[in-house]
This record gives sequence, C-alpha cells and structure tokens, in this order.
Amino acid sequence: MIIRKNHKILVQGITGKQGTFWTREMQTYGASVIGGVNPKKAGTEHLGVPVYGSAVEAAKQDPFDVALMFIPPLAAKAAALDACAAGAKLLVCLTEHIPAQDVMEMHAAAAASGTRIVGPNTAGLVTPGESFAGIMPAFNKRVFQPGPIGVISRSGSLGTLICLNLTNAGLGQSVFYGIGGDPMIGTTTRDALEILDQDPGTQGVAICGEIGGSMEEEAAEYAAGMKKPVAAFIAGRASPPGKKMGHAGAIVSGGKGDYGSKRKALEAAGVAVADVPSQLPSLLAARLTGL
Amino acid sequence: MNFEEYAAKPLLAAAGIPVPPSRLAETPAAVAAAAADIGPCVVKAQVPTGKRGKAGGIKLAATPEEAQTHAEAIIGMNIDGHRVAKVLVEAQVPIAAEYYAAVLNDPASRAPVVLFSTMGGMDVEEAAEKDPSAMRRVPVSINEGLSKDAALAALDGLALAASTDDIADCLVKLYDAYRRHDAELLEINPLVVTQDQRIVALDCKFTLDDGAAPRQPDLVAQAAPEKLTALEAEAQAAGLKYIELGGSVGVLANGAGLTMTTMDAITHFGGAPANFLEIGGEAYTKSKVALEILLKNPNIRSLLVNFCGAFARTDVMAEGVIKAWQALQPDIPVFFTIHGTGEDEAVELVKRELGIEPYDLMDDAVQAAVRAAGGEASA
Repeated sequence: MIIRKNHKILVQGITGKQGTFWTREMQTYGASVIGGVNPKKAGTEHLGVPVYGSAVEAAKQDPFDVALMFIPPLAAKAAALDACAAGAKLLVCLTEHIPAQDVMEMHAAAAASGTRIVGPNTAGLVTPGESFAGIMPAFNKRVFQPGPIGVISRSGSLGTLICLNLTNAGLGQSVFYGIGGDPMIGTTTRDALEILDQDPGTQGVAICGEIGGSMEEEAAEYAAGMKKPVAAFIAGRASPPGKKMGHAGAIVSGGKGDYGSKRKALEAAGVAVADVPSQLPSLLAARLTGL
Repeated sequence: MNFEEYAAKPLLAAAGIPVPPSRLAETPAAVAAAAADIGPCVVKAQVPTGKRGKAGGIKLAATPEEAQTHAEAIIGMNIDGHRVAKVLVEAQVPIAAEYYAAVLNDPASRAPVVLFSTMGGMDVEEAAEKDPSAMRRVPVSINEGLSKDAALAALDGLALAASTDDIADCLVKLYDAYRRHDAELLEINPLVVTQDQRIVALDCKFTLDDGAAPRQPDLVAQAAPEKLTALEAEAQAAGLKYIELGGSVGVLANGAGLTMTTMDAITHFGGAPANFLEIGGEAYTKSKVALEILLKNPNIRSLLVNFCGAFARTDVMAEGVIKAWQALQPDIPVFFTIHGTGEDEAVELVKRELGIEPYDLMDDAVQAAVRAAGGEASA
C-alpha cells in the first residue's frame, strides 16, 4: 500500500513531543490526519483533531486507513494490537528496541486482521507532493521532489541521503518506502519491491540495503522478473563481521548476510549496484527510457 | 546479550529440565573442594563462546587433585578472546546418547522455531550439513505456544534412546523457558540420555533479546560481559554505540545506515575508517563525550562529520559537535557534510563558529578527510 492524500491517518501517541512535532509537519504537508490516541487525554482535541482512548474507539467514530505509532518500546505491542483490532489497513511502526517476542505477537495479530505492518524501526513512508507518515524530512525540497523513482530503505538517514542524491540529479521520487532496520519486519525489501513494481507512477526503483539477513537476496529473485530498472546500494561493505552495526538487523554472523552475497545476488538479477550512494542516480538514469 | 553456562542452566532447572549437580569456582583450591563434594567431575571454563572444548577449556577429573590440576591450567586461559576467570565443577554423567534441542526467533516466519536433532554434541550447523533430515524443525505460533502433541509429532519416526514422551515434555519445557525469559536463543547441546534413560541438559546457551532487557533486570545482572575494547566500554557506559576499527579517518554520523555508508565511502576512496560511532538526534547532548572517546583513539588523523537529518535535527547535532570541538580543541582537521532536517542552520553554525565551510557533496568531504589522513583519496 502506498500512502495517498485521501488516506486517513490515526496517530497513536499524538500528544507526546515527537508525536506532536511530526503530526504538525504531516498536516502542513497535506496528510489527512483524522485524529490521535492517548487514553489519558481521550475526549480532548490536539492539533485540531480529536484524541481517542484507543484505535478501536477511533475507528467507531471515524474509520481510518493508516495507524502511525509514536509509542515507546514496551508499550508498542498493546498499541499495535489495538490498531489491528481497529481494522487498520496499514500500521507504520517507528519504534526501535521492541522486545522480539512482542514483535512476533504483533505480526501474528496483523496476519489475523489483514493489516500490513511497515517496520518496526522504520522512519516511515513518503509519497512526495501528496502525503507522508513518519519521521522523514518530506518537507525538505532539496531531499524530496515528486518524480519517477521508488526508493526502498532499511535506514532513514541513508534513505534521506539517497533521495537527496536522486533529487540533485533531477530524479524525483514516486514513493519513499522505509521498511525498517529490525530483523523481523512486516514489509520486506521484496514486498516493497512488489508494491512499487505494481505502482503505475513508479518507473524505476532504488534499493538501499544493509548487511545482515537475506532480504536483499530475496528481493533479487523478484527483481530478476521485473521490467522496471532497479539499482541498489548496500551499506556495510566496510563493517566487521559479528558486530551489530547500530541496527539490530545489521549483523553478519556465521558468514551469512554479508555484502558479497547480496551484491552477487542483485547483480545476477540484473540490478546495478553502486559502490557509493552518489553513483546510484546515474545507474538508474542510464536504464530509464523515455525520460 | 549472552550468558555463560553457569548462568543459563538455572533457567532450565527452574523449568523442570534436569541439569547435573554443579558448583562455580574461581580458584584451583575451590575447584578441589567442590570436586571432593561432587565426586568424579568435569571442570568447565565459563566463557561466552562455543569453542571451549576444542580450546582445552573442558576437562574430565576423577579426583579432587586431578580437578585442581585442570583448574590451574584452565583458569587464566584465553579462549576466543575471553579470559577464563570462573569454572563450573559439574558431576560426570554416564552418556548413552547425545541430542540437540533449541528454540529461537526465526526472522523468515516472524515466529519462534523449535529445533531437535539426534546428532547432538557437535556443532549444529555441521550436523545439519552432514544430514539435513536429522534436524526436525517445528514452527510455533507465538499465540498458541508449543503443544505436547506438536512436540510428539516433531519427534515421530526418530529412534530415541529415551521415551519419546519424556523428550517431548522436555521440548515443551524448553519452549516455556524461552518465552518466560525473553530468549532470542535457548539451546541445549548436548541434551543427553543417560544409561538409565534419564534426560539431562549437559550444556546450555542462552541469548537474551536486547530489546527485552529493560523488563528482565534480574537476568541482565547475570549476563556475560561483552568483549569490548576500553574505549568501546567507555562509550557503552555513556549510552553510545562505538566500534573500534583499524583505520585513521574518524567517523561521526547519525543513523546506523548513514554511519555504515560513511565507512564504506571512506574505504571506497582509498582510506580506512577508525571507528563506527553514531549519534542520533536524542543523543546530541552526548556529542561531547562522543568526540572525547573518538579522539582518544591514537590512530585518528582526520575527522569526518556526516549528518543527514531525518528524525535527527542537524542543527542540534552540529551545535553539540561545535561546543565539544571548541572545548577540546583537537589538533586534527575536521570535514563536514550536512543535509536534511535543519541543514541551513547547521551549515551556518559550522561556518560561523568554526570558520569551516561544510562540503555540499558527501564524496568531496570523504575524499578531503581521506587525503588529510594521508590516504590515497582515489576512486
């Protein structure tokens, strides 16, 4: 699912410092925020929208499409289960350091309710010129411009750098899909690639991967059958094995998840792999036709 | 977060999985005394690595004297970078068969998986390669847990030295302990069947999920110390993620992905990164201690500051770095490249306070930092 202007967004944890800051940015950008959740402030208004006691309560009053969580790690599971019970189509989970067994319960609940989880530990989703949900600088016009390239990233900071490079090269973005830096995420690189492949507004895809796990290898299998051009940058070539490089999912252990395996799989699938992020726009431009 | 055998086994015992009688000791004399009480024993080095046996860190002893001699050799030994300070003195068990049992998080299914194999004792990946069919793999629904029936079904068709029922019970208990203690991995290798058909866990590996640490304070207190350099330990105490590398270009960036990418770019342009060090938006007040730690690394010849603010405001981070730089006045060159949230203010601050012009392109900043560190700086 790609976030559109008409998608109704509910912000869980809207009254907190970060919830307030980013919700205001989203509203200014044009996102349809229909309300927020804080059980202690139910019945009040915040940023001009109603605050509900739960997502389930919110859905009864004003059905929504997307739940966005500004919730601390140990409370994240309850909030996610609430969003699933409320029938959210999409749940954007920004929270990092949620206990893994809680994350598994979240995924089980989402599978039962038909909710797509993006994250945990994502920086969110941006549809330039339309809407955004999360903690990305969608409003910074040097970074984000509407255009033909779909971007998939495990990292918010690296995703920002990649979009900046694309915009500098005159390539705007159709969608920024932040999938998250955790090892057990709801929407994988391959899932996001499939979504962008089916999006008529996306003409080419940039994948920002990282060492650790096998998501890039699985995405390569899908990319091999795609007509749209795909280019990638994989972070972590210079990282030592056996260390968690900041993200819980970014670790090479027992020779698995290393840079070489990912690059090989992507190149074998016809994906151009950049050595540094600045090479990515030209690799994509060379493969786009009629632009 | 990893645990040594002596700290992991009580979790099994509490779940009702038998473990041999044992005692922890830190001196050869204490080992001899323990052996006198326990009888024929095994002296086992307590370090959080799987390479103890091959390194000579596990020895059988028939008498207290023998146990003491082994302890003299084992205590102080270096195994896989860990110095042995403690040994476990454990009663010997008459072994009829050795199995493998584990519960772990499976990223592919986003659910727990229970593993069981009759090829215990050896490295489990090695065993799985030798005979993939010998490894039984049971995906578990996190909401339903592992039922006795599912455990029995997993063991179906295996020739076992103990009753299938007892082993199925053991797997259910192992799963319950995995859930109760927020394990990322809970493994018994070997799970032995004794000559009189009893089941005993001879070794146990427990990894606590880092995310669950705040709700498992009693366990955290018993975790094995991480293998860290002095500077890494200092950073950890300050709440920063710092990893020491061998190179000469210091790295200060925000976000895991960008920090790794900065290291990659330094390498690509002919340099070598000195460290991984990430300061996020919330950690900006820590930029002074971050810089102090980074600059204590004697190999550093230049510093590269790369900010790309999404959540993290670059103006706030830049302000912290500038204050720290002015206070510390390091005698190495520093190179900035700043983009994203708050970049106009951040660039202005760096120009005004430090008289340094940040680079617009990251590649240019990286190449300048590599050159200043005495590297080749070629693409």
